[in-house]
Amino acid sequence: MIGALGEFFAMGGYAQYVWPAYLIAAAILAVLTGLSLRDLRHQEATLLALRRQRRGAAVDEAQG
Amino acid sequence: MHKYANPNQFLRIANPILPWCAWLAGLAIAAGLYLGLVQAPADYQQGETVRIMYVHVPSAWMALFVYTNMAIASATAIIWRHPLGFLIAKASAPIGACFTFISLATGSLWGKPMWGTWWVWDARLTSVLILFFLYIGYIALVDAFDDPTRGQRAASILALVGAVNVPIIHYSVEWWNTLHQPASVARMDGPAIHSSMLWPLLIMAIGFTALYFALMVVRLRGEIAAMKVRNVRLGQVQA
Amino acid sequence: MSAARTRLPATRKRRRLYAVLAGLTMLGVAAALVLVAFEDNIVFFYSPTGLKEKSLRPGQMVRLGGLVVEGSVKKAADGVTTIFSVTDLNQAVQIRFTGLLPDLFREGQGIVSEGTLGPDGVFTASSVLAKHDENYMPKEVADALKKSGKWKQPNATPEAGK
Repeated sequence: MIGALGEFFAMGGYAQYVWPAYLIAAAILAVLTGLSLRDLRHQEATLLALRRQRRGAAVDEAQG
Repeated sequence: MHKYANPNQFLRIANPILPWCAWLAGLAIAAGLYLGLVQAPADYQQGETVRIMYVHVPSAWMALFVYTNMAIASATAIIWRHPLGFLIAKASAPIGACFTFISLATGSLWGKPMWGTWWVWDARLTSVLILFFLYIGYIALVDAFDDPTRGQRAASILALVGAVNVPIIHYSVEWWNTLHQPASVARMDGPAIHSSMLWPLLIMAIGFTALYFALMVVRLRGEIAAMKVRNVRLGQVQA
Repeated sequence: MSAARTRLPATRKRRRLYAVLAGLTMLGVAAALVLVAFEDNIVFFYSPTGLKEKSLRPGQMVRLGGLVVEGSVKKAADGVTTIFSVTDLNQAVQIRFTGLLPDLFREGQGIVSEGTLGPDGVFTASSVLAKHDENYMPKEVADALKKSGKWKQPNATPEAGK
């Protein structure tokens, strides 16, 4: 079954070069986006926890 | 508090733009993929391999664009001791490194079937490889010191020094005999690409540019949050 | 008092600005000098004219680039050796190459080959790479251009004709 779709994926015999090029680009950009978002969430969570902790300490000091 | 007042001010402008950038990036890249992989014709000489162009060329443009941004941001950081310039440069470096790597890898995958080799040491390919090492060097240097301001300064100077490479990359194909062909789009006499291939290329480039700005703002917010975490911890130690 | 206070950091900033500008200028000049000095090594290939002007040690490996002369491509008797000429539209050099040619290799195409120039003036290549030009178009457009006579011979080597 070599239909239009098969022809598309065959890329005129250059499938082994065209598709890896797109896959590498997609994989790298996806990983970069994922890591950037993960790092942002991690830093913001740490900051929030630290601030809460400090506010707690300040309240303790005021009460004590 | 005034120490990061300016980055905060920047975020007040950048944050509302971020979702628009992200949407634009998604839509333009999706459209670019469809146009480049399905709509655009095969090249009269290079056949279907020309489709590699739609990722290779925008990545290469971004590699240079991001580095230029990084160098300007580093210059403002050195001259005005402005934390924002440094943070923009630091947030940009990994994005630029990724685009540079993509352009090198896809160029290699294009060179093998068309030129007959994965790699040659001609002026264009070599200068782009140096650009990749500059990005890696920046990323390594910026966190290499215990004192963050020393790392900042060293990395900013590296970014500035490396800026000489940007015009060398651009003009390498004109100044010297290279295996890589001269520029097709940025030419005095107009693009040498048929419009059916130029449009997918430009739309993909818009998508990549929007993606860069979106990722840069996300990373910048991460860097600012990290800086605040450091300052809070420093405050605790001193108290 | 306040004027003095604002002027001091301003001059310091200006000094840093001048330092950065001076540093970049010097760097640019240094880079230009280095690139000019190493021009011979940065040039990836020589044109046939450049090759003939260059004094080569016997057996020295060099790269030769040019357009494959129309009608010059011949297969040798062994069936795997290809003999063809490349030109810069000024001089031509005959190349002998044994091996697999890249997909883009054809008459009129720009190529870069690596090898040695023999005393007989024939270049024995150990590798042949195809060079393509900066023009991209669909086949129909290329055919139409050729038909209407508006076709420009693609100049695959920038040095060709110089």
